[in-house]
Amino acid sequence: MTTLEEMAASVPDGALLALPPDNSLPSVALAKALIRRGAKGLRLLGVPVSGFATDLLIGAGCVAEVQTSAVSLGEAGFAPRFSAAVRAGTLKVVDATCPAIHTMLQAAEKGVPFMPLRGLIGSDILANRPDWVVMDSPFGDGERIVALPALSPDVAAFHGVMADSLGNVWVGRRRECATLAHSSRRVLVTVERVMEGNFLEDERLAPGTISGTYIEAVAVAERGAHPVALLDEYGFDANHVAAYARAARTEAGFNEWLAEHVFTQRAAA
Amino acid sequence: MSHKPEELLAVTLARLIRARPTRHIAVGAASPIPAAACWLVSKGGSPVRLSLLHKRSGNPFTEGTRELFDLTGQGRIDLFFLGGGQIDGQANLNLIGTGEWPGREVRFPGSFGSAFMYFMAGRTILFREEHSSRVLVDRVAHISAPGVSEPGVFRRGHAQALVTGRCVFGFDPARGRFTLETLHPGETLENIRAETGFDFDVAPSLGETPAPTAEELALLRGPVCDEMMETYPEFCSRVFERKAAA
Repeated sequence: MTTLEEMAASVPDGALLALPPDNSLPSVALAKALIRRGAKGLRLLGVPVSGFATDLLIGAGCVAEVQTSAVSLGEAGFAPRFSAAVRAGTLKVVDATCPAIHTMLQAAEKGVPFMPLRGLIGSDILANRPDWVVMDSPFGDGERIVALPALSPDVAAFHGVMADSLGNVWVGRRRECATLAHSSRRVLVTVERVMEGNFLEDERLAPGTISGTYIEAVAVAERGAHPVALLDEYGFDANHVAAYARAARTEAGFNEWLAEHVFTQRAAA
Repeated sequence: MSHKPEELLAVTLARLIRARPTRHIAVGAASPIPAAACWLVSKGGSPVRLSLLHKRSGNPFTEGTRELFDLTGQGRIDLFFLGGGQIDGQANLNLIGTGEWPGREVRFPGSFGSAFMYFMAGRTILFREEHSSRVLVDRVAHISAPGVSEPGVFRRGHAQALVTGRCVFGFDPARGRFTLETLHPGETLENIRAETGFDFDVAPSLGETPAPTAEELALLRGPVCDEMMETYPEFCSRVFERKAAA
């Protein structure tokens, strides 16, 4: 076990940091801790898209680059600090499409150098990806298909519901977090609580559990996904996100929001 | 019986769904109108499986978010819905933005799964309420997902139709062109031409988009609304005049 602030300190500046989006267990708590520690030059990976936590990190100046299939606040609309950074030219955006990100992670998960994916040909996403290669199918059927390189994030971070005494983490049906854990060099997980026992010995919990084999550190962060929903534990706080979206239209409004919701949180803790 | 514009759009989309065999529909867009159309088809008695990706509970996938794409890759998703910040006359979609890449003028959220789903779903219905020459352009600034593909590129499906707040276009992938099929009430061919940035054909049978029937409206305002309350409370309140329980 570690603390949230120690966990944030262990993420080096410039790291390729993979984060799931708002429907998929992001650790908003860790994103806020990274802002408090003044992280710089992070290269974020949206798995496969990006949401609230990514917009916060971009607005706080922690991010040099984001590779993603979209950045959105869902019903609250466009992500305001992402949009402002693209307009200002201060953020490098590497556009992808959702299954391409899954496929690159799956290649890393299998330990193979690349995997093919259909679609993509004729898209300007591909035209802007010199690292993606169109090849002829080696099986001589005349199909042209895109080869995607394996992608191993330096660090993956997400928020699970609970960890057990052995460092296994339960994420329910959000198995994309498992693919992410399998493919990443380091995995940092915040959780609501730690339980006695071993989830992998419980037939009902085991399928939704990520083995501690893959996980470097676990820290307790209660309501660590808020304002995003966490499975059936708590719902999406639409009012909070809408208020953020309004405040973050301007840099000054964003900074006031940070002062209230990110920098005062540590004082209260 | 009087109806709201959203109700006309929902029954219009439902008619397009029923026009071809459809076993499994995935709805990924945040727009509630395609979701209402799918529920209308389902509640009207057609046996169709719905995977509504924005539903807050009951996510149908247990292998992670990649499962939707794997299913679609196998050909198990018959119909998908897409929109676009810009859509052009060849049915190319732009969800990237305008100005220099990657959208230095106006940045849209991004392409999501469109660069795969548009190829691999059995077919796609394009839906965009705003019908203006800002959205419906001659040539998109950037292509997230192309409307047609060259030989040698595997492609299972194309756009079936483009439904907007003003009309319904059909799409012919062989010719890469839209044909205006029906006009919503109050629209004229001249008006559609003025508001559309791309050139299109006009069906000889051009007529008015059929209004919802009393039966369709009863389904929309009753059982369809019941299914949508959890995910789209604001939409249900505004369109179906249903208030969430306190």
